[in-house]
Amino acid sequence: MWGIIRQKVAAGGGSPVARIRPVVSNLRNYSSAVKQMMVREALNSALDEEMSADPKVFLMGEEVGEYQGAYKISKGLLEKYGPERVLDTPITEAGFTGIGVGAAYYGLKPVVEFMTFNFSMQAIDHIINSAAKSNYMSSGQISVPIVFRGPNGAAAGVGAQHSHCYAAWYASVPGLKVLSPYSSEDARGLLKAAIRDPDPVVFLENELLYGESFPVSAEVLDSSFCLPIGKAKIEREGKDVTITAFSKIVGLSLKAAEILAKEGISAEVINLRSIRPLDRSTINASVRKTNRLVTVEEGFPQHGVGAEICASVIEESFGYLDAPVERIAGADVPMPYAANLERMAVPQVEDIVRAAKRACYRSVPMAAAA
Amino acid sequence: MALSKLSSPSSLSTNILKPLTNSFLLHRPISTDTTPLTIETSVPFTSHQCEAPSRSVETTPKELLSFFRQMATMRRMEIAADSLYKAKLVRGFCHLYDGQEAVAIGMEAGITKKDSIITAYRDHCTFLGRGGTLLEVFSELMGRKDGCSHGKGGSMHFYKKDSGFYGGHGIVGAQIPLGCGLAFAQKYSKDETVTFALYGDGAANQGQLFEALNIAALWDLPAILVCENNHYGMGTAEWRAAKSPSYYKRGDYVPGLKVDGMDALAVKQACKFAKEHALKNGPMILEMDTYRYHGHSMSDPGSTYRTRDEISGVRQERDPIERIRKLILAHDLATEKELKVFIQLVYA
Repeated sequence: MWGIIRQKVAAGGGSPVARIRPVVSNLRNYSSAVKQMMVREALNSALDEEMSADPKVFLMGEEVGEYQGAYKISKGLLEKYGPERVLDTPITEAGFTGIGVGAAYYGLKPVVEFMTFNFSMQAIDHIINSAAKSNYMSSGQISVPIVFRGPNGAAAGVGAQHSHCYAAWYASVPGLKVLSPYSSEDARGLLKAAIRDPDPVVFLENELLYGESFPVSAEVLDSSFCLPIGKAKIEREGKDVTITAFSKIVGLSLKAAEILAKEGISAEVINLRSIRPLDRSTINASVRKTNRLVTVEEGFPQHGVGAEICASVIEESFGYLDAPVERIAGADVPMPYAANLERMAVPQVEDIVRAAKRACYRSVPMAAAA
Repeated sequence: MALSKLSSPSSLSTNILKPLTNSFLLHRPISTDTTPLTIETSVPFTSHQCEAPSRSVETTPKELLSFFRQMATMRRMEIAADSLYKAKLVRGFCHLYDGQEAVAIGMEAGITKKDSIITAYRDHCTFLGRGGTLLEVFSELMGRKDGCSHGKGGSMHFYKKDSGFYGGHGIVGAQIPLGCGLAFAQKYSKDETVTFALYGDGAANQGQLFEALNIAALWDLPAILVCENNHYGMGTAEWRAAKSPSYYKRGDYVPGLKVDGMDALAVKQACKFAKEHALKNGPMILEMDTYRYHGHSMSDPGSTYRTRDEISGVRQERDPIERIRKLILAHDLATEKELKVFIQLVYA
């Protein structure tokens, strides 16, 4: 429900995308960030700047042009770059994704938008067999500098077929890079890095984050800003338990950390940013410091991102663990529609708090699933 | 011939490769005569939504002799691959192109290396036509680092980007949207070149073909879809797989041409025509009526779903190399003896 309200606010706000021109010399005098930026704006500005910098970059997808983007991420781009670089496609994911990959073979830099990643399943053969594996199969002759982006995971009340999280699916494929931003800084930096990257990148956004605002510094607003792929960010430092998360769940984890702090548990929250390659060194260094780990994700539990993090920690830092790894994931059931059921199917702040406490005291018996 | 001389596997590869590489190195054109010659195709073209090109094809003695040489090399290469596979030096899949050589050769004659070609897994001869070497083919088949993909691709994943060959694809039908993407990029970059996306009669029913064709027609992409109709999708005859096996008409609003794929000159004419069309008017479909002598792959004998009479009938009446040989002799461009010597160099 919270998500619906957020969506309404975002849609009704209708503020035009401000062309950000920071007065650099003034802003540099302040150490704290002054500007607030919505994730939607962050993505739009990143696309705009990368298209402006490199004429080979183009955008294609359903409703990205005249409709200004199903979620308004590509607002203003058709007007600025024209119909040759911002292309509205028919509703044929397999066809237009294959066309995007073919264009990347030739040397262009396509950004293919999926209205949601649920629809990417119609094109998954091209993402994996045509894009991810080509560089290896051709021994470097064919590189595929393509970005597949769009909202991933649960939204609000959209039902089972529109709420699937694909992070674990794509992150298991060698040849792909998989990124998932949380804040506006993440959105800008990671999307720019993805577009500049010579390999195929799956960029998992989140619909409910589009309307959220985050503070951004002058450095983030600069057009050359870029974040490294494969590096996680420690959003909040702590010493008692490590919580790993990505995308929207980072926000919930930070809230959980606040609650835990009041109860005397200092939680370290890691924003993964990059699902593949996973920043195993940051995660392991953190676990070696705190000795306890809670992995949180929205997607289904079996074979999920948390399972991989757990295995990685056991392989590298087993001796440092003081408690079994706690894994919080979405419920192992197709996403229900009713609001109360949906709330129970997706991790909430209370679930993260409970899991962290379990990792710390083992006072609450482990439930079968989150 | 040389097949009987094959003994132990270690000497086998050297036995097969040496004469071939030698012939490749010792090649000098028998005739450099470039006086124009006009030859009629075996049958007229059948067209859909467009005017068919003329049956009279311009060629030269040099071109005809190079057709003969290249097709004979391709034929021998595929037979050698067969032996290597049976000797377990080639693993996994091996899909052979013998019988279909005229499509690869005729296409090359009608286009340039700046145009792009993308095909499925029956790609050995297409790769050779694009300028690949026999060493690269055999090394790749045997998983060696001198292979065109350094041994990492295998039979189905040959590439040669510098001469516009984009593979080599294992998933049936995937190469068609990829080819339309190449065409998109060519148009975007204003290169005035085209892409030929080859597929078989089996792939012709794939949904993604129609998705990509729709976009290609909407956006006027210089894409030419070429159906290499060898009448069998693995073991399934075309009449069992397609309600309408007139593949050149399946584009509906997209113009199409049906071509005798065993006639290299007809293929050349059709490809030239298609390139001109695509640069001005957008996509086109070419259906090449062709035939493969081998089964679908090395694990398919090829005779459970078709009769040996049919196979030998095609070999006798429509073989592409025979056709060119007869043309060369009829126009007195070389003597029988010269051609025989030449074949010996290739076949060793």
